[in-house]
Amino acid sequence: MPDIVRIRGVTKRFGQFEALRDVSLSIAEGEVVCIIGPSGSGKSTLLRCINNLERIDGGLIEVGEEIIGYRLAGGRLHELPDRLQARQRSRIGMVFQQFNLFPHKTVVENIIEGPLVVRGTPREQALAEAQRLLERVGLAAKAASYPGQLSGGQQQRVAIARALAMNPSLVLFDEPTSALDPELVGEVLEVMREMARSNLTMLVVTHEVAFAREAADRIVFMDHGRVVECGPAEELLARPSHPRTREFLAAVRK
Amino acid sequence: MPGKVPPPLADGSANRLAPPAGPAAPDVAHSVVHRVRYGRYVSVALILIVLAVIVRAFAVGKIDWPVVGEFLFSSLMLWGIVNTIVLTACAMVLGILLGLAAALMGNSNNPVLRGTAAGYIFVFRALPALLQLLIWYNLALIFPVIWLPGIVEVATTKVITPFVGALLAFGILQGAYTSEVIRSGLLSVGKGQVDAARSIGMTQAQALRRIILPQAMRVIVPPIGNETIGMVKFTSLASVIQYKEIIYGAQAVYYANGRVIELLIVAAFWYSVVVAILTYVQSHIERHYNRSQAPVAVQEAA
Ligand SMILES: Nc1ncnc2c1ncn2[C@@H]1O[C@H](COP(=O)(O)OP(=O)(O)O)[C@@H](O)[C@H]1O
Ligand SMILES: [Mg+2]
Repeated sequence: MPDIVRIRGVTKRFGQFEALRDVSLSIAEGEVVCIIGPSGSGKSTLLRCINNLERIDGGLIEVGEEIIGYRLAGGRLHELPDRLQARQRSRIGMVFQQFNLFPHKTVVENIIEGPLVVRGTPREQALAEAQRLLERVGLAAKAASYPGQLSGGQQQRVAIARALAMNPSLVLFDEPTSALDPELVGEVLEVMREMARSNLTMLVVTHEVAFAREAADRIVFMDHGRVVECGPAEELLARPSHPRTREFLAAVRK
Repeated sequence: MPGKVPPPLADGSANRLAPPAGPAAPDVAHSVVHRVRYGRYVSVALILIVLAVIVRAFAVGKIDWPVVGEFLFSSLMLWGIVNTIVLTACAMVLGILLGLAAALMGNSNNPVLRGTAAGYIFVFRALPALLQLLIWYNLALIFPVIWLPGIVEVATTKVITPFVGALLAFGILQGAYTSEVIRSGLLSVGKGQVDAARSIGMTQAQALRRIILPQAMRVIVPPIGNETIGMVKFTSLASVIQYKEIIYGAQAVYYANGRVIELLIVAAFWYSVVVAILTYVQSHIERHYNRSQAPVAVQEAA
């Protein structure tokens, strides 16, 4: 499988603080990669940079055939206009820790918003597709509800459907179950397992080590803005080569 | 609190420390006698007395009530009402547009835009409304001609009619206040909403129009309702520059017939009517926005 994501030497600073230092990572098409690491290690920042919600200060991120935020012409990188950056984002799905559903829109309106406004999909077609997605995440009956009327687990499943509605080539998950009550984590992970089986390319920041072992092809361990270690899921969990990884795994397994 | 009667002790004897059950916790068998609220009667009586004195004072005072009735629906007054409403509406529209622009500039990353917005807000909030009105109306003293190369060249006095002068003064002043309202409305929408909108591929403008502004309305609409009511009264200042609103109408009449108080009462009546109608409309709009807020509150708690 060809690589669909190529991250090369990416640096991201907030003022003086380096949130990402020389991060490199490639993801093959259809691969599921989980990122683990302590809080503040730059996991969210990396996802936000891939989706161009943050601008990187060095290095290069390529998704599919495109360089994120830039266009290569005459040996130089030209910054893309807002509209084209938005178009790049529309092909990358993102699922947030806090769901971030649009509270003034119903479930189905949340899902068709992107296709309708960004893609210009005809309403009928968008609605039919939304209904299929809602069935896929097990919420067909909630189409007309408002997000505020749903449980956290249901909201997160709607958020996943909203991301899928744009038919993304890559979906980024930023701790999708961390804001959920423990009894609601399972239903969201179940949907994500189903997505992983369907050959979607996924990059998942998570603290659910069990999920990572079972669903991930590879696991990346990050610390202090660096990729410390990266390898096949079973192997990294069973025999972490770096002492920081061992420490972290010991702490989360406790 | 004499509210709760403790359960009897296990041996069946009553708890001796228990206070006697007060009237607030009546035993089913007893009827309740509320205590007399003397304070209420006294205050009602006092207010009625004061009201009676005021009403009597106006009744026997030197007010010619038939004159009030005579001019209540005179054409000068009715035109005054129309002009007051037109100026209020136009000034609020201008104010909201400028306020939105200044709010967006104030929230931007560009320091020049932020500084411009801050300067605008400072200047137009610092100066008294009457002063701004006079400056706009007398703009011709500074710039006798309005001149855009190849487009227009006109005498400023021709452009700055009383209506235009008042519209500029109140609209621009209002924009400075409204920008703060809109800015806090925009800030009331969580940053995650922008992230989510952008992550599905919306441009900044799409995110603002479809996601941010509709949610910010909850915070923006109630104060703008209040400011519209305030604007109705502000427009009375425009009588100073001969704009023919309610006060101007009243003055035009009483300069001729000398019935000052009677016409001021007519003006007061019409202001009350306009404000009463706006208050009614505002309460309905607020209820509408509070309704759509209900599900949001639940989500934020989740
Ligand atoms: N917008 C920002 N401004 C300043 N510092 C930030 C910002 N976003 C993240 N950081 C900092 O970058 C570091 C990495 O953050 P983050 O990527 O959220 O970590 P993680 O998701 O691994 O917990 C943290 O120290 C955080 O304080
Ligand atoms: Mg994070």
